[in-house]
Amino acid sequence: MLTKRIIPCLDVKGGRVVKGVQFLELRDAGDPVEIAEMYDSQGADELTFLDITASSDDRNIIIDVVQRTAERVFMPLTVGGGIRCVEDIRRLLNAGADKTSINTAAVDRPDFVREAAERFGSQCTVVAIDARRVPGENRWQVYTHGGRKPTGIDVIEWAIRMEAYGSGEILLTSMDCDGTKNGYDLELTRAVVDAVSIPVIASGGVGNLEHLYDGFTTAGASACLAASIFHYREYTIKQAKEYLRDKGVEVRL
Amino acid sequence: MITIIDYGMGNLRSVQKGFEKIGSEAIITDDPQVVLQAERVVLPGVGAFRDCMHSLEQGGFVEPILKVIAEGKPFLGICVGMQLLFTDSVEFGLYSGLNVIPGHVLRFPDQMTVAGEKLKVPQMGWNQLCFKRRPPAFEGVDNSSNVYFVHSYYAKPDDSGVIATTTDYGIEFCSSVWQDNVVATQFHPEKSQAVGLRILKNFAELK
Repeated sequence: MLTKRIIPCLDVKGGRVVKGVQFLELRDAGDPVEIAEMYDSQGADELTFLDITASSDDRNIIIDVVQRTAERVFMPLTVGGGIRCVEDIRRLLNAGADKTSINTAAVDRPDFVREAAERFGSQCTVVAIDARRVPGENRWQVYTHGGRKPTGIDVIEWAIRMEAYGSGEILLTSMDCDGTKNGYDLELTRAVVDAVSIPVIASGGVGNLEHLYDGFTTAGASACLAASIFHYREYTIKQAKEYLRDKGVEVRL
Repeated sequence: MITIIDYGMGNLRSVQKGFEKIGSEAIITDDPQVVLQAERVVLPGVGAFRDCMHSLEQGGFVEPILKVIAEGKPFLGICVGMQLLFTDSVEFGLYSGLNVIPGHVLRFPDQMTVAGEKLKVPQMGWNQLCFKRRPPAFEGVDNSSNVYFVHSYYAKPDDSGVIATTTDYGIEFCSSVWQDNVVATQFHPEKSQAVGLRILKNFAELK
C-alpha cells in the first residue's frame, strides 16, 4: 500500500536555509546540504528546496546546492522558486532535481505548465499554489510573488485547470496558516484533494504532530510538507512517523 | 563499468550518482556504438512511452539494445525504461515497444478507492515490494521493502512467470520483472535510499 509522505521543506536564500513567519522575519537555520543529509538519515520521504532568492544572479547558487545534495542523498528532490522558463527546469533537472515546482510563472502564462509537462513529463511538473481565504467566505484565492500579490483566481478552479495542463502534483500552501503553527487549512486542502485526481501536498501551518495526522486523514493529503517543526528539532521525522503509524496512518519506517 | 543510455529523456545524473555512491563507475552515453561495446547497460526513462520510444528510434538505440540483451549482458530497465521492454503501451494511443518481454503497458483504472479515499494517479511515493521470485539483482532486499514510485501506467506481462515482484495500488501490479539477463523495475532504485542502492550494487556485480 502506498505510504503517506513526510516532506521537509528547506527555504533557501543565498545558499543558506532560512525560515520565516508568514513569509517574513527570516531566521538562519543552517547549511542546506547538511540539513538534507540529516533528513535523509531520519527517513524523510522526499525533500523540497524552495529558493526564495529573488535576484537572477543567485540562480547559480541553488543549482550548486542541488548538485551537492544530489551527490549525497538518494531520494526525490523537488526544487521551486523563481522558475520562469523551460531552460530553468532543464538546468535544475540536470543538476539532480527530480521535480520542479512552478508558481508565479504558471499564473503569468498557464501554457508554461503544459510545455514543461510535455517536455519533461508530468511526474516532474509540480504546480505550487499559494492560497488565501476570501474573508468571510468559504473559498480561496490564488496569490503569487511569495504570497504578496492577489490574482483573483479561484483556487479550486485553478487546481483543476493545472491538472488538465499536465501538472503531476499540487503543492498547496495556505498563506493564512503558514508560520502560525496552528495546523493546515484542512477545509482548503480537502476541497482541492477532492477536486483533482493528482496527489496534493498540504503545506503551511504545522505546529505539532497531530496537525500532520489531520492533514492526512481529515484533509486526505498524499503528503505533508513541514519546515520549522523539523528545522528547530521540535520533532524528528522518525518521531513524526512513529506517531502517525501508531494512529493507523501507513508510513514508511 | 556500467553504461547508461542517454536518449534525451530525463535526469540520468541520479542514476550515475547512485552507481558512484556504491563504488562503481558509470558512464552516460548518447552513442549507440558505445552501447554495443558495453559490459552492462541501464535504460532509464521518464515521460511518455511514445516520446521515449520515438527518441530511442531517432537515436539509433533500438538495434543495439536488442543486441546487447540477446548477447546476455546484464540489462537494467528503470521506470519507463522497464515499460519500453514490453510489446506495447496504451499511453496517448497504442504504441509499440521493444517487445523483449511480451505483454502490455496499461493505465491504472480510474476511480480506485481504498478505505473511502480515491486513489490518486499518478501513484507517487513509497510502496512495498512483494516477492514472487528473487532475481540476483534483488539479493539482500527484504520482502515488503519500500521503494519509490512515480507512474500512471504499469506493465502486465503475458507470462506471469517473469514477474519478480508485485505491489499493491488498488490493484496488484507487476513492479519488477526478471527474464534471463534482463531485470527491470517500475520503481526508481536511484531514489530508494539504501534499498535502491543495494539493487544498483547487486546489478553492478552481476556475473
